[in-house]
Amino acid sequence: MPQYAALTYTRDVDWSAPEQSQDMTEYMKFGQEHAAAIRGGAALYPTSTATTVRVTGARGGDVLTSDGPYAETKEALTGFYLIEAADLDEALRIASEIPAAWDGAVEVRPVIEFE
Amino acid sequence: MSGAESTLAETVRLEGTRILATLVRTVGSLQIAEDAVQEAALRALRDWPHNGLPDEPRAWLTVTARRVAIDLLRREGARAQKERASVELAVPDLPPDSVVADDQLRLIFTCCHPALGLEAQVTLALRTLCGLAPAQIAAVLLTSEAAVAKRLTRTRKKILRAGIPYRVPGDEDLPARLAAVCAVLHASYTIAHSAYGGDRLTDVDGARESLRLARIVHDLMPDEPSPMAVLALLLLSESRRAARLDDAGDPVPLSEQDRSLWDAGAIDEALQLLNESLRRTGTVADSYQLQAAIAAEHAQAASYQETDWAEIVRLYDLLLSVQPNPPAALARAVAVAECDGAAAGLRALDQLAPDQRWHAVRGELLAREGRYDEAVAATLVSLTDSVTAPERRHRGRRITEWSAQRRSGAT
Repeated sequence: MPQYAALTYTRDVDWSAPEQSQDMTEYMKFGQEHAAAIRGGAALYPTSTATTVRVTGARGGDVLTSDGPYAETKEALTGFYLIEAADLDEALRIASEIPAAWDGAVEVRPVIEFE
Repeated sequence: MSGAESTLAETVRLEGTRILATLVRTVGSLQIAEDAVQEAALRALRDWPHNGLPDEPRAWLTVTARRVAIDLLRREGARAQKERASVELAVPDLPPDSVVADDQLRLIFTCCHPALGLEAQVTLALRTLCGLAPAQIAAVLLTSEAAVAKRLTRTRKKILRAGIPYRVPGDEDLPARLAAVCAVLHASYTIAHSAYGGDRLTDVDGARESLRLARIVHDLMPDEPSPMAVLALLLLSESRRAARLDDAGDPVPLSEQDRSLWDAGAIDEALQLLNESLRRTGTVADSYQLQAAIAAEHAQAASYQETDWAEIVRLYDLLLSVQPNPPAALARAVAVAECDGAAAGLRALDQLAPDQRWHAVRGELLAREGRYDEAVAATLVSLTDSVTAPERRHRGRRITEWSAQRRSGAT
């Protein structure tokens, strides 16, 4: 069966904040109703926790790391990986090897771990 | 604040920075560690003037900060952290100097992580490594206390959420990460330095704090040539401090500075650091070494006229090849004017994009050519809002001088 990525765009919200619990309830309801179809997913911390990685030239080029989300509009969102890494340094090292890093940019955002 | 009180505050602040670095590692949270150290410092400042200085102030502060940290962890309900940390925090001994040094090094690399913006890095470094309060940082960085507090909160949150590690980078990553640390040292000094002449709102000396920061980094990595060169550069710049402003607080140009006021001790130390730094890197100099080499040429010249301007132009050419930037290009044009005459300097200026400093330099060079009308016009254009009040007065006096020259020339 074909798979689809559903990418959510909303206001820049901190899903881990208590005041978002009302909204989260709605997402949890969605999750339960469609549990059979959902293969994965993640809630992300807000863009203030984002780091963007670019590699100049080609694979192995200089890694340019900057604070903040990817803010350009000329490139389009073309995919994503969910990466498990010990810390941001390790995540950035892996991200810098994604071909998109030299073909555009890779934004790295921490995923919220709900207890 | 009395002299004794400010000495006490200074002691508490500096001891606090030592304690903080280790506490960050133990509790795993910058926020909790900072709050604990701040609370311990407040208690010291409250307690010590009444009950006298404890026998071992460092131990007193360390134990107090650890107790506060345990309370804070308990209150936050950070279970995993608390269990691990309580064990270490309960140890009565003070950490040995080598452990404190390792922890400070970790803290430096966390503060100067490239996933943080440069301003955030500078702010956090001044907060954690120099122990400055947000109001003091605001004075150093010419911004508001609220803006500093907000930036610190956001930065701590990013470190926590994004998982920026508390670790000295491995050999492979060290050169790039060290460059980021040097950029923070340099930016911190540059910002603090440009705040000279602005209206001073606190007694904190931003330039001295930045110098302290550079010294901490150099002491922690004594074999690394880049921090060595940054320290040399900052020392050379600071060595001219007493000569840089006149009695009215107005800037004195390099050409008119009383060189006997330059700090010979700082210059000697800087020259040794620079030589050692260059010896360690071999042939290819980095931008800090080149900037320090330029400052060293000035420091060693007996007078402005006896400066080796050809060498300075050569060093600026090298600097611009390593790191093209407008202020250096402008300074190169000035050096060209000293070396080959004002007309050559004006030709060099023509290659650059104008800003207020460019117009001011152009005014000076035009005046030297006797083109007073144009000099006055250029200097008037240079007086934008970003020019500090003393610099504005200085340029105003030039305009008056040249206007008089123009009139006497006309008669």
